[in-house]
Amino acid sequence: MTLIAAKDTPATDTRAPEKAERPQGYWHGVAKRVLRDKATMFCLLVLLLMFLAIVFAPLIAPYDPYVGSIARRLKPVGTPGYLLGTDELGRDMLTRLLYGGRLSWFIGIMPVAIAFVIGSSLGIIAGFAGGWLNMLIMRATDVFYAFPSVLLAVAVSGALGPGIFNAILALTLVFIPPLIRISESTTAGVRALDYVEAARATGAGPFTIIRVHVLPNVMGPIFVYATGLISVAMILGAGLSFLGLGTRPPEAEWGLMLNTLRTSLYNKPLLAMLPGICIFVTSICFNMVSDGLRGAMEVKN
Amino acid sequence: MIFYIVRRVLYSIPIALSVGLVCFLLVYISPGDPISAIAPPDAPAEMITQLRRDYGLDKPLPEQFAIWLGRVVQGDLGRSLSTGRPVWGEVSVALKNTVSLAVAACTLAFAIGTLLGGLAAAFRDTWVDRIAMTFAVAGVSVPHYWLGMLLVAVFAVTFPLAPSMGAGPGGTFVWDWAHLPFLILPMVTLSAIPLGLVARTVRGTVIEILHQEFITTLRGKGLRSGGILLHVAKNAAPSVLAVMGLQLGYLMGGSILVETVFSWPGTGFLLNSAIFQRDIPLLQGTILVLALLFVALNLVVDLGQALLDPRIKR
Repeated sequence: MTLIAAKDTPATDTRAPEKAERPQGYWHGVAKRVLRDKATMFCLLVLLLMFLAIVFAPLIAPYDPYVGSIARRLKPVGTPGYLLGTDELGRDMLTRLLYGGRLSWFIGIMPVAIAFVIGSSLGIIAGFAGGWLNMLIMRATDVFYAFPSVLLAVAVSGALGPGIFNAILALTLVFIPPLIRISESTTAGVRALDYVEAARATGAGPFTIIRVHVLPNVMGPIFVYATGLISVAMILGAGLSFLGLGTRPPEAEWGLMLNTLRTSLYNKPLLAMLPGICIFVTSICFNMVSDGLRGAMEVKN
Repeated sequence: MIFYIVRRVLYSIPIALSVGLVCFLLVYISPGDPISAIAPPDAPAEMITQLRRDYGLDKPLPEQFAIWLGRVVQGDLGRSLSTGRPVWGEVSVALKNTVSLAVAACTLAFAIGTLLGGLAAAFRDTWVDRIAMTFAVAGVSVPHYWLGMLLVAVFAVTFPLAPSMGAGPGGTFVWDWAHLPFLILPMVTLSAIPLGLVARTVRGTVIEILHQEFITTLRGKGLRSGGILLHVAKNAAPSVLAVMGLQLGYLMGGSILVETVFSWPGTGFLLNSAIFQRDIPLLQGTILVLALLFVALNLVVDLGQALLDPRIKR
């Protein structure tokens, strides 16, 4: 009832119920704003469905992802029995797309997750400690900023050689520096606030201050920033496989599938486009969710 | 101001040196003994020892770095293992093609991105804004190598309007009418990401400027919207140009995927072949040149921004 009322009142009046809800806490408000944001909720739903589909791939997928028959290679989309057609080795596309999502999501999320842990720790330490420690960490970060991200990923995984582990290692290295920077500047901003000074005056040690006062205030913005990186990681990770640097055949992975289907682009364009559509949808949804979260959390911008 | 410029230029020197160090170490993170990439697989032990001495691989790492750096400063990036030609020669030819492509893509992204972002800001929260921003999000989220394939499928296969392979007659790109059609599809593909970023930056910056008091003053004294546009453009220019400058660098370093799709004979294509022939000197040299170019571009962007925007006094 209150929701409807708040929605129908003119824009100038919406502040009043918002203020009344204040005691329920900041995160409550964020959740409420996200729930009200149709585009973000839709994208969350799409991501959730995709996640369930790839987790339960063995149950949903009609065929074995590695077994094919040359006799039925490159069947078009909509062939009876092969809903999305078959690939260049006659393997069922739907099955391979479902299984491919597992590796693509893994390569998209793992590097960001690892970089989130390492980058935010280093960034918070640098931002909180200041002085020579800050200098050391931030100058090292600058060096990696001197490489365009794609180039760094290609350079490292190119030197290490192909493989999923090497690709994840290379991508992690790409995402640590931006996460250090954002964590450092957010932490330095919080550290300068009066209540941190007050906590220090009451005799709280640095670890208590970080745990009680800094972490709860910086983790949100850092997390939102990291979710925005997932979309980039997805594109780059699949891109490395597309170049032949990430996963290797016969593994199912969207970027690699896009690469092996490239020669079929001229006679079966729709079929060859399918893995790319999966990457695109995932990446745009992660971007939209990240934007929605950012909007819901930073009311001022 | 002079002090800032000098400090910023001096600061690039340790950065460039560290970039060199990272590139130098690339050889050592690649699996196996670096000598195995140079020597034939059935080489006798004496020959390997000889080669090791010739290439200075028996010296301690810091000394090797110093020797390598000394050669690089003189423009000697070593020889490609697969072709035997000097790396610098290979890179400089490829670099011209990459720069042509990146500059073209950047210009296109700047033109359309500014238009979309400006329209979105002017018609904020209307359908114009929503459509423009959907385009922008799609631009930054699209796997551009896939977009390239899509454009090939549509504009080279279904409707044969533009060539989809290579850079035109002679194998390298030249700015003339015979080569221009070859530029179209790779250029459009490569412009997707910066287009989205520029549109978002322009929208954010313009909205911020429109909220400032001097705009109200200008409106109050009766200035027409054309005149206000001029003021907005002047104020938005530094941050938008900074984004553009950095994007140009990202495009030069990141065009490997697009160059692979279109067989564009640039540095990305070179990197690709270096990786698959395990041609480590070529890989190292190409990455070093691209990264140093990026460092230089960063420097130019920072200095340009400081010159354009008198408020920056760092």
